[in-house]
Amino acid sequence: MTAAVLEAPTVGAPANAPHALRVALVGAPNCGKTALFNALTGARQKVANYSGVTVERKEGRLTASDGAGVVVIDLPGTYSLRARSPDEVVTRDAVLGRLPGEVPPDVVICVADATNLRLVLRLALELRTVGRPVVLALNMIDIAERQGLVIDQAALSKAMGMPVVATVATRRRGIESLIDAAQAAARAHPAEGAPDLWHEPSVSDIRRLHREATRIMRLAVTPPKRPDTWTGKLDDVLLHPVFGIGILLAMLFVMFQAVFIGAKPIMDLISAGFALFGGEVGKLLPPGLLKSLICDGIITGVGSVLVFLPQITILFLFIILLEDVGYMARAAFLMDRLMAGAGLHGRAFIPLLSSFACAIPGIMATRVIDQKRDRLTTIMVAPLMTCSARIPVYTLIISAFIPNRAVLGFISLQGLVFFGLYAAGIVSALLAAVVMRRIFWRGAAEPFLMELPAYKAPDAVNVARGVLQRAEIFLKRAGTTILSMMILVWFLSTFPGAPAGAVRPAIDYSFAGMIGHAIEPVMAPIGFSWQMAVALIPGMAAREVAVGALATVYAISGEGGLGASLARHWSLASALAFLAWYVFAPQCASTLAVVKRETNSWRWPLAMFGYMIVLAYGAAFVVYQTARLARFG
Amino acid sequence: MIIVLNNPTHRFTALPASLASAVSNLPRDNALGDFTLGDQRRGFSGVITGLSFGPTGQSGGVSSLELERRLLEMGFVEGARVEILHEGFIGRDPIAVKLDDMRVALRRREARCVRVRGGS
Repeated sequence: MTAAVLEAPTVGAPANAPHALRVALVGAPNCGKTALFNALTGARQKVANYSGVTVERKEGRLTASDGAGVVVIDLPGTYSLRARSPDEVVTRDAVLGRLPGEVPPDVVICVADATNLRLVLRLALELRTVGRPVVLALNMIDIAERQGLVIDQAALSKAMGMPVVATVATRRRGIESLIDAAQAAARAHPAEGAPDLWHEPSVSDIRRLHREATRIMRLAVTPPKRPDTWTGKLDDVLLHPVFGIGILLAMLFVMFQAVFIGAKPIMDLISAGFALFGGEVGKLLPPGLLKSLICDGIITGVGSVLVFLPQITILFLFIILLEDVGYMARAAFLMDRLMAGAGLHGRAFIPLLSSFACAIPGIMATRVIDQKRDRLTTIMVAPLMTCSARIPVYTLIISAFIPNRAVLGFISLQGLVFFGLYAAGIVSALLAAVVMRRIFWRGAAEPFLMELPAYKAPDAVNVARGVLQRAEIFLKRAGTTILSMMILVWFLSTFPGAPAGAVRPAIDYSFAGMIGHAIEPVMAPIGFSWQMAVALIPGMAAREVAVGALATVYAISGEGGLGASLARHWSLASALAFLAWYVFAPQCASTLAVVKRETNSWRWPLAMFGYMIVLAYGAAFVVYQTARLARFG
Repeated sequence: MIIVLNNPTHRFTALPASLASAVSNLPRDNALGDFTLGDQRRGFSGVITGLSFGPTGQSGGVSSLELERRLLEMGFVEGARVEILHEGFIGRDPIAVKLDDMRVALRRREARCVRVRGGS
């Protein structure tokens, strides 16, 4: 609210102090638009969401050579103003000035990849009908020059009826000329504005505009003398049915290792650091509720948010790097058929794979999927992939209940059960995707139609900025929700406190304990004792917390003793049911918080919680009852 | 094959409806002396002659009009040169094509709506 008021032109200000020029960047995907945005605004950018939608709003500021302020808005990439996805709706409405709460842009800069002009010329012709001044930026002109591709800028400008500026965003070439051109275009534009003649282009409009763009191409562009042969040569290997898949798997292996193992020392350091910090702070505070809130609630809560940061940073470093190079579209091509079997888009592969480490970066990574339905399906099934937080729980139960012996002479039975739990996660994720498609979006498979951009060297500055932005978004937006969930879980497990002379562990007297006792009858058919039910409540904070919670309810210190104690208290059927429960249960408040952030509504996290709880209960029930019939009870 | 004449999604850009229904009774690849891109193999090279969305042309969750616009926006326009560069490893699907001066990936289901004529 306040920001909008501050940015509006001040009433009664002198005429020679005009409001900052608003420039919108529009362009096809892969045209280097984000690099141009970075070159224009540097570090002076703000990332937020458009109100009511999950689309990212990127705005930056700069000072032109004449000292005037300019506001630049980076709009989502599109091939046309004919919006097909939520991102493209934002682009269309922003350009047309229909976005509620947004000041319409004064100038539109149409960003073009100079080596791939045809489609963007059609977009620029379409933009011209909106009635706002348009400037065409021929980005990556250096690559065009290297290929011997000659663009007659004067002829192009005349034919298109708009100023044309050549730029190289990554080397900051042409940036000042581009701003000058935008300012000049705004000045030359009639103050009362030109009529908005835009309408959603029909099939024949698109054909006509395409013919016009082709005519202008012939007029102003001489085809490259040394066309890019690298992309073709690389694709021969990278899209090869055998080598391509092999290279993709190798790349994923490295990525997975880096996320899974590379992040481990830093995560351990963060955990240990926060434990130490909490301990030190605890010494300074008198025992009591305040100490408990600060140490067990807030410090542990902040630690549990920060602990995800290394994985998120490493994962996004890979994803943004692969996207920048142009490989991500190839990975989607290679995996599309496999994903299509489950009704998912090829691009869902990386997010789902990332979810093996942690569903949170996986869900954040679904931003690479343009279509809303494809993205939502991917988000909804991502937590079924076995994340690393389940490992401590699996390890505890398996080592306590599954005999350590070999099957068929060489396969470890414990390892086999472990593998089975992973496989159950993958299979159920794919099945859930199929079912979700059938129920919610029957037959609504989006067409798979995707440009394979030419490969290019990555730009370190852009990759670094992209990674930092992801980390910032996670800390600022997801972090606040995760922290509040953590404090809620702390509250439930702490209040009311144990009465004087209590014999049972304190958690048993708390709300978590009450809930555990209350749901015990419901949990009986799946073989859960009240202690198990109680441990599930703090386990909502994060799956691995359940291990510590079990130790608390059984009043045991040290995990070695815990396994032995569980083996005495639980039947094998209950233990197997507990494992089955953990394959499906939505035992992670952070994941639900991130889903809420990414979908911008409580509907999806609630739906996720509902369907996963049902699956968990169903699976645990089947496992428990079957095991009892098989006399494991 | 069942032809529904007044099906609004049954559209044939190149021919009048009556003629279109007549020819779509013929084997698909011979109907107009041209083929669909979706039925071609790697190495095929030719020119796009039109887009067609008959009863056999599925368009998934979007209407055929919407699919036609998406294909056009991606550059699948009459007269564009197209060459199949790569095929997926399961069922040779999806395909990667060179379309004039850019590269595009699409599933065969969508590519079956693109009519092509072979030869240089």
